[in-house]
Amino acid sequence: MEEVHRAVEAAARESYGRLIAYLAARSRDVAGAEDALSAALLAALETWSRDGVPQKPEAWLLTTARRRLIDRARHERTRAESVLTLQLITDEAYEATTADKFPDERLKLLFVCAHPAIDPGVHTPLMLQCVFGLDAARIARAFLISPTTMGQRLVRAKTKIRDAGIAFEVPRDHELPQRLAAVLEAIYAAYGSGWEDSAGVDSRRGDLTEEAIWLARMLAQKLPAEPEAGGLLALMLYCEARRPARRARDGRYVPLSEQDVGCWSRPMIEEAEQTLVAAAKLARPGRFQTEAAIQSVHAERAHSGRTDWLAITSLYEGLVQLAPSLGARIGRAAAVAEAYGPEQGLALLNEIETTAVAAYQTYWAVLAHLLRKLRREPEATQAYNRAIGLSEDSAVRQFLLKQRG
Amino acid sequence: MQYMMLICETEDDFKARTNEKKEMFWAAWRAYHEAMVGAGVYITGSALQAPSTGTTVRLKGGKRLVQDGPFADTKEQLGGFIILELPSLDAALDWAARCPAAATGAVEVRPVLAM
Repeated sequence: MEEVHRAVEAAARESYGRLIAYLAARSRDVAGAEDALSAALLAALETWSRDGVPQKPEAWLLTTARRRLIDRARHERTRAESVLTLQLITDEAYEATTADKFPDERLKLLFVCAHPAIDPGVHTPLMLQCVFGLDAARIARAFLISPTTMGQRLVRAKTKIRDAGIAFEVPRDHELPQRLAAVLEAIYAAYGSGWEDSAGVDSRRGDLTEEAIWLARMLAQKLPAEPEAGGLLALMLYCEARRPARRARDGRYVPLSEQDVGCWSRPMIEEAEQTLVAAAKLARPGRFQTEAAIQSVHAERAHSGRTDWLAITSLYEGLVQLAPSLGARIGRAAAVAEAYGPEQGLALLNEIETTAVAAYQTYWAVLAHLLRKLRREPEATQAYNRAIGLSEDSAVRQFLLKQRG
Repeated sequence: MQYMMLICETEDDFKARTNEKKEMFWAAWRAYHEAMVGAGVYITGSALQAPSTGTTVRLKGGKRLVQDGPFADTKEQLGGFIILELPSLDAALDWAARCPAAATGAVEVRPVLAM
């Protein structure tokens, strides 16, 4: 029994997204595909305990889920058209189950999840649920909203996909850049490190990092001509490589400048470098490639023992041109302060409208740091207080309290 | 919209008000208060004395039933409240997550009923 449980779990983990994508791409009904697959997984527990685990568990699940979809469509009758579609795919699915692998439609599913007709706030949760089978409660926890609300948003989005007839296809060339941007944005939101390592880490989505990296890797493999996909993958790998160094043994927060480079993951940094180099060869720079390049300069410290702040400054100049986000502008100010002195950095921070940063932790942390360097007390203490009060991570809060003194 | 944050603290949190951790404890709270005021969202709020100082009153059949202690015996107890003026629940949840008690106890967020 244990063994069957494990087999069902393994099949679900490995194949969930592929099965949902395959079924939904043909029925355009994500919720229906999910229900059918859940039923198939339940049936597997029973049947596999009795008859043993089939040779191709994935194919078994696909056949069973497809049968459920057809039964339900027949039963409802109201959607006569879909019965026809589903019957048309029966033969194809039969072939698919006898072949070694059925077509991988996950890329199409990603583009559906991040379609402009879907509320942008639900793009990321939808991907996590459809491609990984994460339940609404876990996604809700990561996004800091109630499970009921998250459940409702997901249901609404799936209904919209079905009823609005959103096509399961990879967008055509001229549409691709804009549509891809939404997909990348949603994956990055799952990773959730806005402007990491200054003093603030957004830990709330931290537990979705593996899923995000996995999605980006798949996207980069499937769209080798799109450099930003590789850029995003490289960026997340660089950040992830430093994760073990971000906390001391006793849980203390360690800022980037004080991290032990021996704790950085070499294999991840190497994969990041190769990915970024391959993306850069396409000679179409973008936001994620630039952010990855900044992290690449930081990673260089593992070899050279120093940080090339001039290089980082010019990369931030480029980033602010490409995507003038608050995070990019604050990052540029911090880099300029390192390269040319705190006065210059402070001047850039002062250009940012204060209303925009009233609740933006990173701004206050960088401001406090620069004011302290300029020996401008008590302004520095005030800025530290704002940064401390806006910290979500208690390790960061303790770190800043110590800095403030 | 106004939201109330009900700050539920653990026994350790209450102890930290006066023991050797008190400086860090109050520094975090003062900074949190300053950040809310600085962001222009703070309306009012107060810390409460320890749960053991609470007294609960109920009227049963017209008779006063007075009980020593808080109304419910739970692991976390109400330690204070804050009312914020914010555009949305999401913004309120962001502030709740930054509350020092969120890492140790719990912060319940409720919209204030407009009368």
